[in-house]
Amino acid sequence: MMRIVLAFWLAVVGFGPLSVMTAAPAHAVLPDEILDDPALEERARDLSRGLRCMVCRNESIDESNAELARDMRILVRERLVAGDSDQEVVEFIVDRYGEYALLKPTTGGANWLLWAAGPIMMLLALGVGISYLRTRQAATETGAGQLSEEEKAKLSKILED
Amino acid sequence: MIVELGHFALILAFLVACLQAVVPLIGAHKRWPGWMAMAEPAANAQFMLTAFSFGALTYAFVTSDFSVALVVQNSHSLKPMIYKISGVWGNHEGSMLLWVLILTLFGAMAAWFGGNLPPTLKARVLAVQSSVAVAFFAFIIFTSNPFLRMAVPPFDGQDLNPLLQDPGLAFHPPFLYLGYVGLSLAFSFAVAALIEGRVDAAWGRWVRPWTLLAWVNLTVGIGLGSWWAYYELGWGGFWFWDPVENASFMPWLLAAALLHSSIVVEKRESLKSWTILLAILAFGFSLIGTFIVRSGVITSVHAFANDPERGVFILMILGFFMGGALTLFAARASSMEAKGVFSLVSRESALVMNNILLAVSCFVVFIGTIWPLVAEMLFDRKLSVGPPFFDMAFTPFMVVLGAILPIGAMMPWKRAEIGRSLRPLIPAFILALSVALLAFALQTGRSAMGPVGLFLGTWLISGSVVDIWSRTGRGAVAGRLGRLTRLPRADWGKSVAHAGLGVTMLGISGVLAWQQEDIRVVQFNEPFDVAGFTLTLTDVQRVEGPNYISTMGWVDLARGDTAITTLNPEKRFYPVAEMPTTEAAIDIGFWRDVYVVIGDPQADGGWAIRTYYKPLANWIWGGTILMALGGMLSISDRRFRVAAGATRREPTAGVPAE
Repeated sequence: MMRIVLAFWLAVVGFGPLSVMTAAPAHAVLPDEILDDPALEERARDLSRGLRCMVCRNESIDESNAELARDMRILVRERLVAGDSDQEVVEFIVDRYGEYALLKPTTGGANWLLWAAGPIMMLLALGVGISYLRTRQAATETGAGQLSEEEKAKLSKILED
Repeated sequence: MIVELGHFALILAFLVACLQAVVPLIGAHKRWPGWMAMAEPAANAQFMLTAFSFGALTYAFVTSDFSVALVVQNSHSLKPMIYKISGVWGNHEGSMLLWVLILTLFGAMAAWFGGNLPPTLKARVLAVQSSVAVAFFAFIIFTSNPFLRMAVPPFDGQDLNPLLQDPGLAFHPPFLYLGYVGLSLAFSFAVAALIEGRVDAAWGRWVRPWTLLAWVNLTVGIGLGSWWAYYELGWGGFWFWDPVENASFMPWLLAAALLHSSIVVEKRESLKSWTILLAILAFGFSLIGTFIVRSGVITSVHAFANDPERGVFILMILGFFMGGALTLFAARASSMEAKGVFSLVSRESALVMNNILLAVSCFVVFIGTIWPLVAEMLFDRKLSVGPPFFDMAFTPFMVVLGAILPIGAMMPWKRAEIGRSLRPLIPAFILALSVALLAFALQTGRSAMGPVGLFLGTWLISGSVVDIWSRTGRGAVAGRLGRLTRLPRADWGKSVAHAGLGVTMLGISGVLAWQQEDIRVVQFNEPFDVAGFTLTLTDVQRVEGPNYISTMGWVDLARGDTAITTLNPEKRFYPVAEMPTTEAAIDIGFWRDVYVVIGDPQADGGWAIRTYYKPLANWIWGGTILMALGGMLSISDRRFRVAAGATRREPTAGVPAE
């Protein structure tokens, strides 16, 4: 599906001739692929939604109608039928196709930065935000009508004169 | 001939823009009225020249002038007229021309409606706006000229990508650009204010309608794109977290933050430097989006970065405007001190929280979008960041936003009491909680997503109702109803837009939590059941369209014994582009959509049919329309029309006190 969305964008933005090659209506999971065991099929669907079609642009194998995506879907189902756990299936795919196949990136290595970026930024922003709000509140307490040091000095000077 | 005139007008507009970017700036600095006054006619001239140029290109498309290379690549004589016109912006060069047309339109509108701006500020705004135009005119003329002729014109064109031949998509780009480019005016106001060295309540009041206008158009544009994806792509997905979608979503989030923070500037003269920064960044993200979409850098797993020259050019534009504006910001921001004082619990604080959530969620989207690039360049890892990441990392911010929004909206300025703001919301809270509990009890699955989404949606809608009702004061119901019609439009806008967000949340959670899918091989006249509906395939025929050939199915939809309708899912083939498309057939209902797609014929004579039951699907776009409507109501508020008024400096303007 992503391929088509991209094809649209690319066409809009000027890669028209190239995008034509990539666009086709997707029919994704075909009736003959579906496993008889509904529980197993459900697991297969969940897994394939998180795996990337290697020849497509940003499309999961669940949505893609590329031949390779079909092969990968069938592969996932074969592993499940053979009794693999979800984890083992994912590892099998990563061994074969590399980390690139995971639509949900791992938390390993530098990727912790990706996953932690949101929470860290949120804490930082909250810190800055609350300290700002406190300065505004402090301004309330000192009273907006009060004079600054400079103004006080000025006033006392005037009074002295 | 007309094409050459259009080309010439474009070059003239570029020259006018160059003048307009320099002369008024000097005039404002030296206080020379004549030089400042030059900005206004120049802005008009720029707009008219660009409009003429755009008209010339449209003329070439409408008359199918196949001596123009762009028309050959993107049009065909058999194409329906509406798609001949939308073909003008259905490509890189033409869409850039639309982009500058809108840019100059906003410049001209600032000149038309900026009558009550101080002359120096007006001159500076128009000059900055024009400098952005200079950059994009240069980009078009030097890297993406739409007016190039063919040496040997062919007999017919290569047709527009069939996926773009759709009413939803024909008007998707113009709205999106009105949004992207509309943010340029907020940017120009911010930079002009930094040069001017003054940001006050009046500034907030001037910049707000423009930000609202940009945000409304972005909302409509994104909504149209998502609606198109829903019915065109064959399985009813509506959001994919694709880099190009994120490119439009990030400015939307920041524009939403900006239009809230500019309220604080307008009403309370606080958050000034933050608002300026947001205005700069929001347009910055528009430029980043342009870069992502047009350079092919981020999604370039294939050799798609076919024209690095364009990418580099946009990167330079981005670097110049962001670098320049942020440097100026660093130098001048400290001079803008806040005036308003308020307690930790107040409308101001709630809006700060709104800004934090929107800005951080935008940051999350940004990180996720560029991470594959970062990982490849810095860590030598080729990886993907797909929807599962965004769903997990982005959604929590929206949940928190939805949870605190009704409370923040009820708080008074300066100093609030949590208890007093919460009390009127108790019925709304109870209603939302019961809806969620009911859903949780009724659903068969184990998912918490649906109930949480229903809670947030109901909470937002009922909270908005409480909010607008509480604005009518005390007394008899009849009197309050009367007052309801006389409330400022901005109050209505606020409630409608917030309720719209709730409606969209209901739609998203309904579809994601409870949609049902059915994939099977169907024989003729053998009924099958999906989610309580009975479907029967009665016929499949070959049908000829104007420029395509269709395989059309007839599927009877019934519930029990009552027939509902006959659906006609199609597979189309466009011979010129040699491209197939899927046209899903959808029975649209208030509570649910039934969505049928026809697949390939099977060896045994049956057809592959995919059926989806999608609860609350239309609420996603219903809410989008409400959000846009709320924005329009706010724009039409009296205080913006009477005078984007400098009440404080020019009391003679006669602006009624708030």
